[in-house]
Amino acid sequence: MLELYLLILAMLASALVAVETKDLLASAISMGLVGFAVAIMFVLVQAPDLAIVQIVVEILSVIFFAAVIFRTTHFDTTVGKGIDREVVFPAVSFFIFGTLFFILSLYALNDLPRFGEPIMKVANTYIREGLERTGAANVVAAIILDYRGYDTLGEATVLFTAVLGVLVVLRKVGRR
Amino acid sequence: MGKGMTVIVKTIARLIAGFIFLYGLYIVLHGHLTPGGGFAGGVIIAGSFILLILAFGAQEMGEKMLYRFTAVFESLGALSFLLLALLGLIAGFYFFLNLFPKGTPLHLISSGIILPANIAIGVKVGAGLLAVFLALAATKFLMEE
Amino acid sequence: MVLFLACILLFLIGLYAIVTKRNLIKIAIGFCMMEYAVNLLFAFIGFKKDALAPIIIRVSQERNFVDPIPQALVLTSIVIGLATTALLLSLVIRLYERYKTFDIKEIRKLRG
Repeated sequence: MLELYLLILAMLASALVAVETKDLLASAISMGLVGFAVAIMFVLVQAPDLAIVQIVVEILSVIFFAAVIFRTTHFDTTVGKGIDREVVFPAVSFFIFGTLFFILSLYALNDLPRFGEPIMKVANTYIREGLERTGAANVVAAIILDYRGYDTLGEATVLFTAVLGVLVVLRKVGRR
Repeated sequence: MGKGMTVIVKTIARLIAGFIFLYGLYIVLHGHLTPGGGFAGGVIIAGSFILLILAFGAQEMGEKMLYRFTAVFESLGALSFLLLALLGLIAGFYFFLNLFPKGTPLHLISSGIILPANIAIGVKVGAGLLAVFLALAATKFLMEE
Repeated sequence: MVLFLACILLFLIGLYAIVTKRNLIKIAIGFCMMEYAVNLLFAFIGFKKDALAPIIIRVSQERNFVDPIPQALVLTSIVIGLATTALLLSLVIRLYERYKTFDIKEIRKLRG
């Protein structure tokens, strides 16, 4: 358990660095560190499927951010120095909302089963009967492609629509 | 972003890109036996092409050809996934019925419809993410022309 | 319990970046961070102490696994998060081309 706590500390520290620093490239790299820490935490919670997907997706996301920053060739942020008056009202209202959200989530998270003892009613049926009814040795793959295949179809549609949206927005328009 | 990188990067990219593609194919095909599956393998396959484009420059890789190529493969992947799901409906029972023979467990050809579905999703996700990368990073800007 | 609260803290840091910052790239980083926090919370909910990853190695082994259902839900969510980030970045590129700046105060002032 000690590794989990140390990783959470590293993740929160680099998240604060990513949000506050002035150099845009440095904040993209700190974002990469947050993603790596999340992937290592997926391994420690015994979820190797998620760890593989999270590492590759996070590498691609850092590549996309770096591509945008290099294309527009702006090295430093254009926000001025010092505290300007327009940011005081959103910051104060966010802190009040944040404290309220945090305190109420303490009550809400108490209703979940304790960390380490999940209630596994449906999952026990999937684990017991998964191998002879679907034939797959990977229980997660059996769930996403056989027991809940309709959700995978929905996800394929969402991915298709997002890719279509990117290609439409960044089309090379023939104006002349 | 149009020109490539130095000679060292080009040589190593040429050597390694084939191994990355093979690894992505392995993760897609063994999705029902080991962790991974269609999504992880598809992203890794896209990653091998992205490595080649970044090392050699987009102009030399022929971005127009790649655009058409990825559009065809992405549509093929999505349509074949839908066709596999509709096969259950046509054969009589319900949508997404697992109707291929299930074979012996822990072998490569087993578990019915899960293997073709993994391949379809791997092709679709890989081609889609390659198209997104080409649009974001490799085409010319309006203001640079 | 402390681990759940750490996920909520990461979510609030992302929300702070969206609400308070003036640079468009920082706002996009805030969105990305909120998605990582929610996926991590789901993975923590499905953990069982002293249990193994849900892969069957031998047919007749004792099956003491972690909960596989939250993992199945998060698997597709991670890839959809990448596609949404790409869509947001494409809009940021178009805004930069039109107004030549990343500052949202300047963009609000110049009206086309």
